[in-house]
Amino acid sequence: MTPISQAMAESVSNPYLIQPATIVEKIREADDIDTYRLQFVDEQVRRSYRFSAGQFNMVYLFGVGEVAISIVSDPDEPDSLDHTIRAVGRVTKAIAGLKIGDVLGIRGPFGQGWPLADIRGKDIVVVTGGLGCAPVVGAIEYIFRRRSDFGAVRILHGVKSPHDLLYHERFETWRQHPDTKVYLTSDRADKNWQYHVGVVTELFHEVRLDPARTAVLMCGPEIMMRLGAPILIDRGIPAASVYVSLERHMECGIGLCGHCQMGPYFLCKDGPVMRYDRVVQWLGRAGV
Amino acid sequence: MVTASDRCGVLPKADFQRLLDVLGAKGYRVVGPVVRDGSVMWETVERTADLPIGWRDEQEPGRYRLEQSGDGRLFGVVHGPQSLKPFSFAPREALLTIERSKNSFASVPTLPKSEKVAVLGARACDVAGLAMQDRIFLRDAYADPYYQARRNSMFVIAVNCTRALATCFCASMGTGPGATSGFDLALTELETVFLIEAGSSEGNDILSALAIDPSSPASIEEAEANITSCAMSQTRRLNTAELPGALYEAHEHSHWDDVAGRCLACANCTMVCPTCFCHTVEETPDLTGQRTEHARLWDSCFTQEHGYIHGKNIRPTIKDRYRMWLTHKLASWIDQFGASGCVGCGRCITWCPVGIDLTEELPALLKPSIRTQQKPGQV
Repeated sequence: MTPISQAMAESVSNPYLIQPATIVEKIREADDIDTYRLQFVDEQVRRSYRFSAGQFNMVYLFGVGEVAISIVSDPDEPDSLDHTIRAVGRVTKAIAGLKIGDVLGIRGPFGQGWPLADIRGKDIVVVTGGLGCAPVVGAIEYIFRRRSDFGAVRILHGVKSPHDLLYHERFETWRQHPDTKVYLTSDRADKNWQYHVGVVTELFHEVRLDPARTAVLMCGPEIMMRLGAPILIDRGIPAASVYVSLERHMECGIGLCGHCQMGPYFLCKDGPVMRYDRVVQWLGRAGV
Repeated sequence: MVTASDRCGVLPKADFQRLLDVLGAKGYRVVGPVVRDGSVMWETVERTADLPIGWRDEQEPGRYRLEQSGDGRLFGVVHGPQSLKPFSFAPREALLTIERSKNSFASVPTLPKSEKVAVLGARACDVAGLAMQDRIFLRDAYADPYYQARRNSMFVIAVNCTRALATCFCASMGTGPGATSGFDLALTELETVFLIEAGSSEGNDILSALAIDPSSPASIEEAEANITSCAMSQTRRLNTAELPGALYEAHEHSHWDDVAGRCLACANCTMVCPTCFCHTVEETPDLTGQRTEHARLWDSCFTQEHGYIHGKNIRPTIKDRYRMWLTHKLASWIDQFGASGCVGCGRCITWCPVGIDLTEELPALLKPSIRTQQKPGQV
């Protein structure tokens, strides 16, 4: 039996401990968005760290603080730990100044990811908007690794403007998989935009699948999910087969700090992925 | 409530110092209510005389006054602004010290030093609040090691209530006025003696060390009667039968605007609440930049920052925040933790600077909304 490292032993009993991780790659995705590929400094943490698609980590910058960021990478390759971060708040703006070789901290993984075992065998529709494509990347990679376990795959992704499109190459790679279609749309187009122009819900008519055996994974602005999910359900997709990844402020990641509540749920531990029919009554409620 | 057994005895009031001495000899620092700044606060109690003997508190919405009671009761003051919460869930708790090293950093947990504390004078509502906090911090997916460390070193001495404040409604919440579990010792103050009941093996040890007379059926009966009449004398109550559903349904009720017009969003109610658990995390680097402290602090859903989500605030108005607080406390709490977040202590009523009273707000919110009566569908 291998003795577990001090770092491992402590983090089992103390969910607040932060594991240092080195930035091994920094990929520019857009003006204010980068993907950080991280590697744990502690070798045993690196070896034993596992996550499921749709979970998140608390990402820490020394002396500045923590922020909840979804894990973007493939859960079957846990040693390559990617987070796509938009520089928008106090912590993320400070992170934006880091370079390869600098160290971040990681606490996690936390939360409930996509229910990939439950939707095995189904046709999959992925609907994302903006940076909402990040939390589903791991699920898409998971599905393509087990391509024959799933039916048709339709990926619908919307952005506000062409320069907001992340993972362009990934979308093009996914397009190559059998029985897979990728639809991209932008609210506004420029002269180089070769895809649809409009909001992502306008692409729903492109999806011609048997609704009874279709599962939907949605992530994006709350209004996109709130308005989009009922359209898909009207087309016959069971509400219990629609999953949404939701966002609230999170400080602890373990259901204790109270910030991430949505109605009776703590999105950090009950979510971030929630079955749509369980949250429908809370979506769009003022102040919830 | 009070049970006759070998776990129950009577201590003459004149001998109360013996209880403090026995606790001290067992290594406990005894903390009890001490008069300070016109109220009582938890402070070290070494002598019986440190207790607020001869004082009593009068509480009303937005009002707290200590008065001379003219009797010699040791525990005539029901409670001050502090519940048991600060003992186990510290208002500020350092979680980690993080030290920079070459190309990395190391985080070291700063678990609180365990000091055995005996809290003397906890009320049944506070004991119920502590049990709820235990449920939140210890019996979820992750047990909080900081809370656990503080909790493990606590010895709880409840004092059953025989006088209700105008703001008390524990009887309707099923949490008091007598403590039924969750204490190490429970005292009932009678005319000349204290009836002492042990509620744990540690409590039993103290009781044995005290070597006091066993309780008589008459003293138990007297204690029971006093606690029952205290319950009967409570004028406020909260009818929770329709919760959580009815409050979820009242989300667009016109009365939220009414209460929002009075609420100052000062957060006092959440600070004095025995069960509120929201906290924020703060990072304090030292001047060298080599070392930083990662700490948590009590937070409140009444602050602007609580509803922050990148670039916007989901609860920009006081109405949003009061609705969040009350709906969480009385409704979603039940879904989250299996019981109400309210224990009926009444502190949020007393310490509200404008005297907002949830026992009045809830019934108003459960009546038909003026708005929905006027024009259905209009919000």
